[in-house]
Amino acid sequence: MKIGIVCPYSWDVPGGVQFHIRDLAEHLIALGHQVSVLAPADDETPLPPYVVSAGRAVPVPYNGSVARLNFGFLSAARVRRWLHDGTFDVIHIHEPASPSLGLLSCWAAQGPIVATFHTSNPRSRAMIAAYPILQPALEKISARIAVSEYARRTLVEHLGGDAVVIPNGVDVDFFARAEPKAEWQGGTIGFIGRIDEPRKGLPVLMKALPRILAERPGTRLLVAGRGDEEEAVESLPAEMREQVVFLGMVSDEDKARLLRSVDVYVAPNTGGESFGIILVEAMSAGAPVLASDLDAFAQVLDQGGAGELFANEDANALADSAVRLLGDAGRREELRERGSKHVRRFDWSTVGADILSVYETVTTGAAAVATDERSGLRARFGLARD
Amino acid sequence: MTSTLIWIAVFLIAVGLYLSWTAGRLDRLHARIDAARAALDAQLLRRASVAQELATSGVLDPAASIVLYEAAHAARQAEEDHREVAESELSQALRAVFGEAGQMEAVRAAPGGPDAAEELAQAVRRVPMARRFHNDAVRAARALRRHRTVRWFRLAGHAPFPLAFEMDDEPPVALADRPTT
Repeated sequence: MKIGIVCPYSWDVPGGVQFHIRDLAEHLIALGHQVSVLAPADDETPLPPYVVSAGRAVPVPYNGSVARLNFGFLSAARVRRWLHDGTFDVIHIHEPASPSLGLLSCWAAQGPIVATFHTSNPRSRAMIAAYPILQPALEKISARIAVSEYARRTLVEHLGGDAVVIPNGVDVDFFARAEPKAEWQGGTIGFIGRIDEPRKGLPVLMKALPRILAERPGTRLLVAGRGDEEEAVESLPAEMREQVVFLGMVSDEDKARLLRSVDVYVAPNTGGESFGIILVEAMSAGAPVLASDLDAFAQVLDQGGAGELFANEDANALADSAVRLLGDAGRREELRERGSKHVRRFDWSTVGADILSVYETVTTGAAAVATDERSGLRARFGLARD
Repeated sequence: MTSTLIWIAVFLIAVGLYLSWTAGRLDRLHARIDAARAALDAQLLRRASVAQELATSGVLDPAASIVLYEAAHAARQAEEDHREVAESELSQALRAVFGEAGQMEAVRAAPGGPDAAEELAQAVRRVPMARRFHNDAVRAARALRRHRTVRWFRLAGHAPFPLAFEMDDEPPVALADRPTT
């Protein structure tokens, strides 16, 4: 099958959606499909052979932060050329509602279009204003995928219609086979995420840490992620600060080894998560998981069956659960086992097969993808090319 | 005077373009429904065929075979207005027959069984998918057709008002959970 995938965010900037697309593309190529990914990228960045650059993304303020987006004539022309040259059987657009390549390709294409909605933003005023503009583009999508039941619910509320739920994929064996590192073992708690982003919840964990250390002295907290390390430990008493080890940005291999080594992985995120891939990675590596009870997290952890949940933003509840888990090797073993079993449904072999099922369902009885000439004025007067 | 005429002409052309664009949108939605309906038909047919194959294979006990055969046959032969009921009954029959994991194990153990089991698992998972995509297209088309402009100018022409396909498509528990190997 010839598959075109559209990535809305810069290929050079690491991010969840980009990694998902990279893994999906590589999984599909390994199965023998022809895949081309259209992504914003600087023209100088080295790209994998299956990625086509759609030009540089421009930083613009959007939705409360600065987003790097693609729009304008040049990008639109590149999208059309890519669609025209690719002769895809199906195109798979990620984040079609973001004002970037996703929306542009939706405008420019016709035929079987699959779209994945990753984020579950609360309904914004911009979205309401943009609705009449978005609707004609979004109604071309033949199949919608939401990454979690929670994301599906927001999608249905905001845009109407329905979607199938297919979770994000993880290469479970990569994490399961990683070698634990001795210096990260023995009474350790793991945290991976941006240090300076309060949403990721490190401040909650810092608030809980004194109680954890009081009950279980010698416990170490391993923090992997970018951000200001001084500022992060500011709230801690000086003698406790050395129990926190900052590892900085870690490679994929080190991330897997870290998750293999820790006794408890803590995800204290306070909101804005639609899936929680890190929990899946932690479970793949066999780490007992303790996470805040966000909707998305509860779903990934099978409502508490595959990992423990604590009340969101409640540092005391976090400390209680962490102390209990650190002192109960039996419970940790049980969580390890349940997590490893539960996580198989997020493996690429399962997720990839589901996504392929969607492709095959929408291509049955439909023509291939082409550029949509109907939206052009010339086409209406019969002047369009080919 | 001339400028008024020009403005009227410009206005009329703009309205015409808008109407033509909306008609194009509607046309595309109808095409999408047709494709989604064809896909749904294909998946339903595939499911009924696999069910019938399994029913006649002799792997299942006679009672289960008859129940499954009956339901699969009815689903394939159903008239358009009984289709939803017949397909729902096939879902129920599948749930009754493959309700426990043991039955699936028996099918997998038979010669050629793993393929049949895989095909059935795929079919019962794809039917709900195809149905969701179909009903999503129907909803979008209905939303647009309820629009004033579309009604006043009869942009939908003689195309029938699209109907959602409602059925019970809950897969059997033993097949719903993905392979754990």
